[in-house]
Amino acid sequence: MNIVKWQTPTLANWPSLGRLSDLRDEIDRFFDSPFPGLTRTSDLLAGWTPALDVYEDKDSYTVKAELPGMKKEDIEVSLHEGLLSISGERKSEAKKEDAEVYRSERFVGRFQRTVTLPAPVTADKVKAAYKDGILTITLPKSEEAKPKQINVSVN
Amino acid sequence: MTALIKKDQTTAEAARAAAVRYVMPDVNIYESKDGYTIEADMPGVNKEGLEVTLENNEITVTGHPVSEGVAGEVLFRQRHGLSYRRVFELDPAVDTNRITAKMHQGVLFLNLPKSEAVKPRKIVVSE
Repeated sequence: MNIVKWQTPTLANWPSLGRLSDLRDEIDRFFDSPFPGLTRTSDLLAGWTPALDVYEDKDSYTVKAELPGMKKEDIEVSLHEGLLSISGERKSEAKKEDAEVYRSERFVGRFQRTVTLPAPVTADKVKAAYKDGILTITLPKSEEAKPKQINVSVN
Repeated sequence: MTALIKKDQTTAEAARAAAVRYVMPDVNIYESKDGYTIEADMPGVNKEGLEVTLENNEITVTGHPVSEGVAGEVLFRQRHGLSYRRVFELDPAVDTNRITAKMHQGVLFLNLPKSEAVKPRKIVVSE
């Protein structure tokens, strides 16, 4: 499955220090890699990689992605040659002109996640729903990908 | 306001010491002349799963995500599925009777208005 590395969020005591060490890793990686442009985009530069889950049952795949605070029209879901792509842009909430910012931890900007589906799906029956900040995509398997019961008669 | 931030970190420590595991949501905090606004990312939490408690001078936000019960086996899992929790110490200027909370698509909007008494006022000079 083609998925960008993601770290489980924990109760960070010093979130700012966490980010500093990310920055140091970033610099280390830059000097270690002979072709930094060709290696995978790092977490820090990639920005937001929303967490997602993939489930499978006998009829379909279900993908759930955490995308809090989005507008429905800012989420794009596409399917191309077995690759499911979720992308979009989170815009900052309209805030007052004279407001002072004390903390700004929430991500703002574009994101993209891609999932390679293990088996073919029926593209025109794919459904996506967005509720409570969770995007749920249901992808019914195509007929040939479903498990079949074959009755063998023995004479 | 510095007190608000410092407290925020010590309470996170206390939450970690407790047996229950929580995740600290990412927040934005703004102050305007009318009050403070806190926005917190808590995907999967709706109005029913949200608890906002006020004790002494601390406001605690706890969010329990809706249990999902998806049929089938897990192929890939990144989402932690844990509850969210974060504590903020309030500026004494906040009028605790008028605090309002709203959940929208997994984001909590907490509005903490300042009491009228501390707001800057224009005083009209009489003759």
